[in-house]
Amino acid sequence: MAVEWYLVLSALLFATGAAGVLLRRSPLVVLLCLELMLNAGNLALLAFARSTGTQDGHVFALVVMVVAACEVVVGLGLIVAMFRRRLPLNVDEFRGLKG
Amino acid sequence: MSATAFGWLVLIFPLAGTILIGLGSRRWSGRTAGFIGTGAIALSFASSIGAFVVLLGEPTDARQLTSTAWDYATSVGLDIQLGILVDPLSVVMCLVVSGVSTLIHLYSTAYMVSDEGYTRFFAYLNFFVFSMLLLVLAGNFVLLVVGWAFVGFASYALISFWYRRTTATAAGMKAFVINVIGDIGLVLAAFLIFRELGAFDYLTVFEEAPGHFEPNDGTIVAICLLLLVGAFAKSAQLPLHTWLPDAMEGPTPVSALIHAATMVTAGVYLIARAHPLFELAPTAADIAAFIGLATLLVAATIALVVTDLKRIIAYSTMSQIGYMVVAVSIGAYTAGIFHLMTHAFFKALLFMAAGSIIGAMAGNQNIDRMSGFRRAMPFTSFTLIVGALALAGFPLMSGFFSKDEIMVFAAERGGMYWIFAIGGYVAAFMTAFYAFRIGFRVVTGDPCPEAKELEQGHLAHGEHLNPATGEKEDTDVGFPGAEHHIAERAPGMRIAMGVLAVLSIIAGVIQLPGITAGMEHFLEGTFEDSELFHIVPSDESAYLGLLVGAILSIAGIGLAYMAYVARPGMTARLRSRMGGVHDFLQHKWYFDEAIDFLVYRPVIRVGQFCNNVIERVVVDGIVTATVGAIREVGLLVRGAQSGFVRAYALLVLGGFAALALYFLVVSS
Repeated sequence: MAVEWYLVLSALLFATGAAGVLLRRSPLVVLLCLELMLNAGNLALLAFARSTGTQDGHVFALVVMVVAACEVVVGLGLIVAMFRRRLPLNVDEFRGLKG
Repeated sequence: MSATAFGWLVLIFPLAGTILIGLGSRRWSGRTAGFIGTGAIALSFASSIGAFVVLLGEPTDARQLTSTAWDYATSVGLDIQLGILVDPLSVVMCLVVSGVSTLIHLYSTAYMVSDEGYTRFFAYLNFFVFSMLLLVLAGNFVLLVVGWAFVGFASYALISFWYRRTTATAAGMKAFVINVIGDIGLVLAAFLIFRELGAFDYLTVFEEAPGHFEPNDGTIVAICLLLLVGAFAKSAQLPLHTWLPDAMEGPTPVSALIHAATMVTAGVYLIARAHPLFELAPTAADIAAFIGLATLLVAATIALVVTDLKRIIAYSTMSQIGYMVVAVSIGAYTAGIFHLMTHAFFKALLFMAAGSIIGAMAGNQNIDRMSGFRRAMPFTSFTLIVGALALAGFPLMSGFFSKDEIMVFAAERGGMYWIFAIGGYVAAFMTAFYAFRIGFRVVTGDPCPEAKELEQGHLAHGEHLNPATGEKEDTDVGFPGAEHHIAERAPGMRIAMGVLAVLSIIAGVIQLPGITAGMEHFLEGTFEDSELFHIVPSDESAYLGLLVGAILSIAGIGLAYMAYVARPGMTARLRSRMGGVHDFLQHKWYFDEAIDFLVYRPVIRVGQFCNNVIERVVVDGIVTATVGAIREVGLLVRGAQSGFVRAYALLVLGGFAALALYFLVVSS
């Protein structure tokens, strides 16, 4: 199968994730959408690796997965902590960075 | 044993004594520390005698021996060894230092016995002797600097020994600061020597210097002048002398040992040691001689009017060191070192006698209040008069021979050097006068209340007042202790003073003109290459010089007799008629005020300027401007920070999309 189909799927997944990050307000969903974007990237990497027959993309995808796992650990931990403190679960209300 | 082995032993005993006393200080009571200290120094003196005897057995040109314990520092082109040089000059210095130190330690075991800091005192005192011996035995300039700095510290610690006395701590700091100025001069001189000759070692430097430098070459003059800064700070020569009178705040044995007999003569030793360099730089040597002469005269005039017993002797010390500096600078090395030795004997004796009298006066040091101690303290009075006679250069006393030899040598060199002969004799007259100003004031006349009480067998115990300010002393830490001690009642003090009195009388015999020349023959091992050393005045001129000296000395003593015994009102009349001169001398030629005006105040001014202008305006200005600029820029861009997380995400995405688009457009 040609590499284009994989890339189209990857682009669709990435766009879905990006739209989720931009439009949804729940931190949990934002986190899930971030994962979606990362995996879209992984898909593209693997597709290219297969099409060119080199190993670089595989290795890079593995690293991305490790980073993604770490990110989930930290992100979910943060969300649980926010929930415990009865903070609003709405990203628009965290505006401490306002200058 | 070889001479150098004895040399190491000379150093090891006082060091061991310091460590032993320092470690055991909490455990021992009573006089243990004093006995350990005295014993250590006595062993060191015995080792000095050993080195002396071994050297005597060697031929004259084989009397310069070096020994190295280990390499102190080795680096590219740099090889400093922990080495000593045992030669006639250092052995004479060792004998004087360790010999006088032994007696002063013995004196201190009695004098300081009721002081709570007794153990601490002996630890310091042993450390001082170690440092001083290191200074004189050092075989290179680096080790010399080490010893030089050590004695500076020991001097500081001992001047400030009674640390509850504010005047004593201030005097200690003053001495230390001025000594550090000297240290800097010495260190810079060592650097210059190394830059020019590539060696620190005495023998190498002195051997190579004549081939490397033209006579009076600018660099060698600079080296010698820097050495002189060190020598003058340590030896209290103008204008770095103001610390010495203040150093009398320390205990009297300290004044006798450090500030009269040994440490202050280090400058004289340095000039004598570096004589090959000074002979290459006659300009520097002449400058040294003139400063020595100025100190000699200035200090002698101040000693005429000061009323504090110890300070009179301190100014006398400055003046006598002036003689020695003149001597070693004009090339009269034998005479200079000989005077150094006799001066160590009679000046230590004078200080010990003064300590005994101050004990009887319950700590008061004002000679206007002292009189008539001859019946109450016959032994102290006798030693005081012996010391004063030797100081005054009374015929046949030790000071008589050593002092006149300097003037005769100066006259022998002729020309400009006559100034030193004439100036020296003028000062000799003043010396005789002030020596017997002390002598007659203290010994003769109607007994003062304290002397009367002592005749009844009762030692006065007044309130403890600071002799400098008259304030009541905080006696929590030792001084002045529960009781005072006088030589009449303390055998240790009496033995030390007796030995020194005998030496003050007879020490002249080793260098009688035309008869014995023991000092000259022995020192030849160090000075054999020097041309000046071999100038020897004829016997006739030597005897003529002695005659002039004798007349001046007796005239000075006679004048003092008239002023203080025969016609007691004379000094008061003189003072009222010449009030201006008296005030001028009483203020010590305004040297402290001049230094205050020329150095202290300008430095404070510069400091205030730096604080008010450079710190407040320049530095703070730069900092404030930087902060302000950053804040202004921050205010401009803060609008972009909405705190709206999804907006940030949009910006990131949009930014990447724009970048991707850009690369696509560019690549296609």
